[in-house]
Amino acid sequence: MRTRDIALFSMQAASASRGRTSLMLLAMAIGVSSVILLISLGDSARRYVIDQFASLGTNLLIVIPGRSETTGGPPPLLGETPRDLTLDDAIALKQSTAVRRVAPIIAGSAPVSVKQLEREMIVLGSSADLFEVRRLTMGQGSFLPPGDLDRGGNICVIGSKGRKELFGNKQALGKWVRIGDRRFRVIGVLADTGVSLGEDMGEVVIIPVATAQSLFNRVSLFRIVVEAINEDAIGRAKKAILSIIKARHEGEDDITVITQDAVLATFDRIFRALTLTVGGIAAISLVVAGIMIMNIMLVSISSRRSEIGLLKALGAPQSQIMGLFLTESALLSIAGALLGFILAFGAMEVLAGFFPEYSLALAPWSPVIATGLALATGIIFGVLPALRAAKLEPALALSRR
Amino acid sequence: MIRLRNIERVFLVGEERVHALRDIEFSAEKGEYIAIMGPSGSGKSTLLNILGLLDRPDNGIYELDDIMTTSLDDKEQADVRRHKIGFVFQFFHLVPRLTAEQNVELPLVLAGVDKAERRKRVHETLEAFGLGDRINHRPDQLSGGQRQRVAIARATIMKPSVILADEPTGNLDRTSGNDVVEILEELNDQGMALIMVTHDPELGMRAQRRIKMVDGFIEEDTGNRV
Repeated sequence: MRTRDIALFSMQAASASRGRTSLMLLAMAIGVSSVILLISLGDSARRYVIDQFASLGTNLLIVIPGRSETTGGPPPLLGETPRDLTLDDAIALKQSTAVRRVAPIIAGSAPVSVKQLEREMIVLGSSADLFEVRRLTMGQGSFLPPGDLDRGGNICVIGSKGRKELFGNKQALGKWVRIGDRRFRVIGVLADTGVSLGEDMGEVVIIPVATAQSLFNRVSLFRIVVEAINEDAIGRAKKAILSIIKARHEGEDDITVITQDAVLATFDRIFRALTLTVGGIAAISLVVAGIMIMNIMLVSISSRRSEIGLLKALGAPQSQIMGLFLTESALLSIAGALLGFILAFGAMEVLAGFFPEYSLALAPWSPVIATGLALATGIIFGVLPALRAAKLEPALALSRR
Repeated sequence: MIRLRNIERVFLVGEERVHALRDIEFSAEKGEYIAIMGPSGSGKSTLLNILGLLDRPDNGIYELDDIMTTSLDDKEQADVRRHKIGFVFQFFHLVPRLTAEQNVELPLVLAGVDKAERRKRVHETLEAFGLGDRINHRPDQLSGGQRQRVAIARATIMKPSVILADEPTGNLDRTSGNDVVEILEELNDQGMALIMVTHDPELGMRAQRRIKMVDGFIEEDTGNRV
């Protein structure tokens, strides 16, 4: 029997009983679309988080005071608090050849006011390097000037949202704002880049780190963000940071260095596992669809007994009958997968319309996976009915009407 | 052409063993016209099914055109059915979703004959059977007699050496029954052997050779030349 004829025969058989066929298509379409949708949502979430991390800059290391792991040995006799991370520590890190930029950060919140207008805002004390490290872009004016970290200055850079709230439509550049009990001249406004990882750069005020120290009356840094010269230097930079700080802190390992890549890789793994899990759960609906296909095919075969008997009488061997019925369930599965894909595509478009900021999209490989799964489901669950059809006793099948 | 030796067929009905056929010895020559008669349950349909390779005997030897059919596997048996045997059933067994043309075409499709050749042969056959204007009708748009003629066209499109007909007129009125028998007899004249199971004594009398079956035995055979 020719392939074209097999396909035609199966298609005619499928389209002859509309109710049965549309039920099977529906079951398969729901199964396939839920697999595609859930996989794609998981994948979109993964891409969102990774993109967010990447937008923070690349090849970053974050130095945090305090140690997150112990090295064993007897506990210290006197309660030991970790040494503060100081500005001098940050300056010392620049000695390493693996380090390109160092941005010390002091964070705090303070009332920021222009005339009578006052807002509580996050104040970051940092250096010129922060601009490159955090991939910031300027809307107006310029960022903190490079220079000695110890030297402050009463200048500030404000986020776009803060500018709007404090100045409205008026020019902000060159104006004075009051932060705490000091006055600062606005030298730049950040471009509106939206939310990145929950930290809204639109609502911060950035001032020189030394000024922040005196403003908050605090010497210790919140953290130090270090950019390695390239990807290969990250490991080297980490070692260098640890040894430099250890030397400066009387031989104590009292800092934690987190590399951005490690965080990224962890998130990537977590989200991939999550995507697979969710996809696996959705695949259960495919199994349900498969069982439904099997059931309907079995019913269909008992109502088509005389047809099967006839095919045998006309000279179709068991293998041919098996092939015909397998083709039928495979064709239905493919059609169901196609329908499911359209369904998933539509649903994704609707979701993307509601949540444009998450850049939702179908995972590029999800249609392949879903079609493969649907086909496999159709064939696996089609085997039993096809086998039953092939094994039918022709004399018995033809004896009844 | 057909040689049955020692054929036995036993069915298990519940706990009971029912001998549908006992020690059947039977042979038929090319182009013979045979009627198999007998009361219901006498084993005539079982005999026809065994002749048509739709059923396997529990014992005995069946030779068709010098082929030992009893030792063939499923695929080889299917091949013999396809090329040497044409079936005509009481209930026609047309596929309801297919047109007359597609129903007649079915054996050729299964055999993998190409489209153009199929079309030519099917059209010729349907024309010859007076169904030229019914080519694209589905079975539910045909009368009983027309349906049976389509079924006969299907049974003979592969030019089999024997036609096996199980009560071919059992579901038809007298006139269309007569038409159908005439077609079958005409095909018999062209050289195909015709073996017909029937209840109808009148129909039985038309055959050159009559076999009467009772309780799985051949009780009477008007032309046994074994």
